[in-house]
Amino acid sequence: MPANIFAPFIWLTVILGGGAALWFVFSTVRQGRLPLRYNFRNVVVRWRSTISTVLGIALVVSVFVLLRALARGIEASSANTGDPRNILVVRKGSQAESGSLLGRENFRTLQYFDEIARNEKDEPLISVEIIAIVSMPRIQGPGEANTLIRGITARGMELRPQVMLVDGRWFQPGKREITVARRLAGRFAGLEIGGTVKAGPDKLTVVGHYDGQGSAFDSEAWMDADEARSIFDRDQYSSILLRPKDDAAASNIIAKIEKDKRLALRAEREVDYYSKQTMTAIPIKILAGLLGTAMSIGAIFAAMNTMYASVAGRTREIGTLRVLGYSRRSVVLCFLVEGAFLAAMGGVVGCLLALPMNGVATGTMDFQSFAETVFEFRITPALMLQGVAFSIVIGLLGSLLPAIRASRLPVISALKSL
Amino acid sequence: MSQEPIVEIRELSKIYRQGDINVTALNSVSLDIAKGEFVVLMGPSGSGKSTLLHIIAGIDRATSGKVLVQGINVANLNESELADWRNQNVGFVFQSFNLIPVLTAFENVELPLLLTALNRKQRREQVQTAMNLVGLGDRGHHRPDQMSGGQQQRVAIARALVTDPALIVADEPTGNLDSKSAADALGILQALSRDAGKTVIMVTHDPKAASFGTRSLHLEKGEIVA
Repeated sequence: MPANIFAPFIWLTVILGGGAALWFVFSTVRQGRLPLRYNFRNVVVRWRSTISTVLGIALVVSVFVLLRALARGIEASSANTGDPRNILVVRKGSQAESGSLLGRENFRTLQYFDEIARNEKDEPLISVEIIAIVSMPRIQGPGEANTLIRGITARGMELRPQVMLVDGRWFQPGKREITVARRLAGRFAGLEIGGTVKAGPDKLTVVGHYDGQGSAFDSEAWMDADEARSIFDRDQYSSILLRPKDDAAASNIIAKIEKDKRLALRAEREVDYYSKQTMTAIPIKILAGLLGTAMSIGAIFAAMNTMYASVAGRTREIGTLRVLGYSRRSVVLCFLVEGAFLAAMGGVVGCLLALPMNGVATGTMDFQSFAETVFEFRITPALMLQGVAFSIVIGLLGSLLPAIRASRLPVISALKSL
Repeated sequence: MSQEPIVEIRELSKIYRQGDINVTALNSVSLDIAKGEFVVLMGPSGSGKSTLLHIIAGIDRATSGKVLVQGINVANLNESELADWRNQNVGFVFQSFNLIPVLTAFENVELPLLLTALNRKQRREQVQTAMNLVGLGDRGHHRPDQMSGGQQQRVAIARALVTDPALIVADEPTGNLDSKSAADALGILQALSRDAGKTVIMVTHDPKAASFGTRSLHLEKGEIVA
């Protein structure tokens, strides 16, 4: 993903640039070259303009953090899905389960692989599954959205121990029943226990809710695989999930499937498959980038306006500082530090404004399955740090020109200023 | 003058450009000022007295000529060196005090010391000494807007002398003061010159203020006439 390719370079630049700037400021402050108390007092004394600037920057930072938290939530949902021991098999050329079609013969071939682990009942740990998409009415807001229904076997549930029943019961094989992810039930009408879902000509009764522990399964509803095939009138399946005996067996199975041209299947570890399913986050990341850029330009001008007004109102004070021996560099740094301090306050406020959204479930369309994917806003300490760093960059950029202007004021005319 | 001059001015000229016209603010001024002198610069508006003061103090540059202060040719210093030189060698007193309103009196006086190598304790001692000298030892925590004009000017004098400079320049220091406060401020400047050996150069229109100096110079049209 492009964002991931550039991320190390961006972080390296931020760390090196920030480190150099901090060292520069710190060394100047250590030499006593900055009357920082003067700047901080001004921030307090000019509280009206301080509040308006802080709130403006806070708004930008909170939007930035929330958009990044959305993308982070989607990524976390995918990253949190799957068992490293499992292997997922789809048709060669398919990027996702929803676009994959497998025949029953594929399943028959794979289930006799010696490398597959067995459960206590000596059954091979392999599950053949169906992914179907059903349109459901939303609870909030008008219209309907697609949701994923997974036709699953008892082995499939055994292979996904992270999914836990939290209410009601599991569906029974041979019955038109579904057990729905609790988070999905919170977003669609009719998914309460006892509710019904229209699936083709039939109706499915909701018999329980499960918790996918923040995984991609939180965006699904599960039912019996054979019932799903019957209701959705499918001859074929979507995917096969299996667990090899050990790591060497896993490598063998993947190599075997890849080599066998007759199968025309693609096998990979379940965790790898889901970690690649983060494409849904890309539009949100792009939106975050565009909105963040547009809003930060506005915030930079707002900060610049505040700092210009601040410089204009303190012309004589700047002249006095210069007369007393403060160099142009000190004056530039003074105003940069003041701007960065103001903006950092905005950054902290912005993060605090965004924080209540942490853990709130929301949904967006998965651009691979075109179904609703449910996930939580993930506001991590690293993300908040990014938000504050982003605000400081806004503050520094917004203060740079006013700071340079302040440092270039002719001393004598500055002293005579009213 | 018996003593070695602390300020030597030779053929100093300053010409301003106003549109297409050249305005001569100082015209070949030559002058020596000895250590411990209290020199008063007088003259009508536009006579060049403030320009002369600013050039001696290193906040303006001459068009031609030489200004040596303690043997250093101020014209040869770059902006950064000039800033350091001002901090170490010159104390400033202004007509409108030029105190920083958001800082306390103590912090205002401490401002020039932040540029020195003194530690916090040494700075506190030096500020307190300066504040005691101007009779405001107990008003350090007051902000300028909580003080009278006379007190503010005394804080400005404390700030001017806190770095122990050789030269103190004062531009109309009594212009905004009542007669009692003016006399107090001038008395302090006089004492600094007489008792502490500081060289004081003051610009004023007020003959009463001029009487506190040891020497008065009259300027007209950029030249010293008396």
